Amino acid sequence: MDALTIIQLLDSTVRSATPLLLACLAGLFSERSGIFDIGLEGKMLAAAFFSAAVAYVSGSAWVGLGAGILSSVVLSLIHGVASINFRGNQLISGVAINFLAAGMTVLIAQDWFAQGGRTPSLEGAARFQPITLPFAEALRDVPVLGPVYAELISGHAILVYIALLAVPLTWWVLFRTRFGLRLRAVGENPESVDTAGISVVRLRYSAVIIAGVLCGIAGAYLSTGLQAGFTKDMSANRGFIALAALIFAKWRPWYALYSCLLFGFLFAIETRFQTIEIAGFILPVQFVQALPYILTVVILAGFVGKAIPPRAGGEPYVKER
Amino acid sequence: MEKMPRWADLVLIPLINLTLALVVSGLVVLFIGEDPINAMKIMVKGAVGSTYGWGYTLFYATNFVFTGLAVAVAFHARLFNIGGEGQALLGSLGVAVVCLYVPWPHWLVALPFAIIGGAAFGAGWAAIPAYLQAKRGSHIVITTIMFNFIASALLVYLLVNVMKMPGQMSPETARFGEGTFLPKARDMLAVVGIPFARTPLNFAFVVAIVACVLVWLLIWRTRLGFEIRAYGQSETAANYAGISALKITMIAMLISGALAGLMAVNAVMGEAQRLTLDSIQGAGFVGIAVALMGRSHPVGVFLAAILFGALYQGGAELEFDTSVPREMVVVIQALVILFTGALDNMVRRPLEQVFLTRRRKEA
Repeated sequence: MDALTIIQLLDSTVRSATPLLLACLAGLFSERSGIFDIGLEGKMLAAAFFSAAVAYVSGSAWVGLGAGILSSVVLSLIHGVASINFRGNQLISGVAINFLAAGMTVLIAQDWFAQGGRTPSLEGAARFQPITLPFAEALRDVPVLGPVYAELISGHAILVYIALLAVPLTWWVLFRTRFGLRLRAVGENPESVDTAGISVVRLRYSAVIIAGVLCGIAGAYLSTGLQAGFTKDMSANRGFIALAALIFAKWRPWYALYSCLLFGFLFAIETRFQTIEIAGFILPVQFVQALPYILTVVILAGFVGKAIPPRAGGEPYVKER
Repeated sequence: MEKMPRWADLVLIPLINLTLALVVSGLVVLFIGEDPINAMKIMVKGAVGSTYGWGYTLFYATNFVFTGLAVAVAFHARLFNIGGEGQALLGSLGVAVVCLYVPWPHWLVALPFAIIGGAAFGAGWAAIPAYLQAKRGSHIVITTIMFNFIASALLVYLLVNVMKMPGQMSPETARFGEGTFLPKARDMLAVVGIPFARTPLNFAFVVAIVACVLVWLLIWRTRLGFEIRAYGQSETAANYAGISALKITMIAMLISGALAGLMAVNAVMGEAQRLTLDSIQGAGFVGIAVALMGRSHPVGVFLAAILFGALYQGGAELEFDTSVPREMVVVIQALVILFTGALDNMVRRPLEQVFLTRRRKEA
């Protein structure tokens, strides 16, 4: 494998990791506040459709992004009403949201565009175009660093950089602000937060809405950045891989970045190579596809460090009287 | 004192929830510019208006009975088995192995072994998440989700590389031998002189009914069933009563996985008569809606399975006759899960209030 192949592989890793990372951070906010979210997939899918549809109609990827975020937040609010107000089962609510998105996106796409559940292809300003960072072309000839800068670091859609910036931002919000401290507390011990006179309901709603916004960006990137338009079920289980990455990262922002890059790398490998040969062994491509899930089960089983979820996760909070 | 009478809990609330789901679905149909009443008519007529419709409705229902019972049994132990899809995939592998590699003389001989094959493979696939939950505290919802994906990757690998019929492009096995063909409803009913359309409905429907009865006996008439329910009601109380958490988690999940695996007797042995990639088609997830709707009771599961069978068959007809795509069924399914599962308290709380005030007035 030559240097250029490696750089291309890493470049594709970054692109595959971006939607995972955004969805993973979405899950991080939600689960840190004590709300399990297996509806990441559905929110991403809904956002992917509405971003592409509105971007097509308006001709602006940014307007599309807004619509995508809005649709994702609406689903978040349904999840919030079910699991915060009505104390329903958060997992069941998540399952419902995934199905709702899978069905509604195709239904509406068929109604609006009549192209078999897809949006028309997006062109020009309706897509997030790659950005060439300053001096990328000028520095291309510098050995090693030049191609790395020009190929790997430069030349992504703006949402990729937003996703990467979201990591330190998430870390800062969660671990350096009062809001973050309270958010983490409400996921571990909501009674104590309530006793301190802080609204559990409001905190959890903020977390759920932040999750909606992040999933919205993830979905928009899928249909208006990575690809040029919406296709049926285009989220392709990325929401679940993000969930896996979240567990792999043990609910921590920086580790979320690393695990998403790892899973993105597996994505990149599986799309580039049909068979993978390591030391004489031929690995079937299906094994590489299943690897994120297998790794997650191993981590969950506690064989390689233990993944302990937030303590109040999944439990509806009932105020003491 | 119970907050409301039993009939309200078992019949009234599911009916209100279902009505809400259907009303919202009607609004969705309206939104995409079709007449909801007309759509409803087409669906009902398509699902139960002919023996053809009934055949397909009950064929789908057979799948959903198995996956619904699977989720229901786990629910009784307060375990959420979201891995019915993967367990059913493995079940299809088990059934295929039994049917493919043994030259069976007659379906009556093949059926028990296919049942064992499907159940064993399904149970085996549920065993690992169950063990990890019981022994290592790994959240069973997450592990079963992961196992769904691993199962589908495994099946793709096996079908593409190992079990594919030589000289065939599409990833599917050779057709099973004739000794494994389950009799179709058309042929069985012809014996007693009832004309029935050519549909995939087959003998597995009878197996599904037997499974309902057995699950009912297990949950409400055996010591094990009592232990499962006790564990589901309160883990600590069950522990004090000497009920082992490990044992109950394992057994409930093994039964659950086995039931999900049995779905393949209908879909793979009964209909496709070969192993393909798409024999399960999301039935594992429909099982969640069916179990919620049926309040985890075999009778409820049976009725809810027929309802969803009708929905699937009616949805196919709807796509045929109108501009409403098949995905409408997925939307209705989502809304049923949302209203009967996640938003249950929305209906339950006000109703409880109504019954309480009425009772106070009477007293």
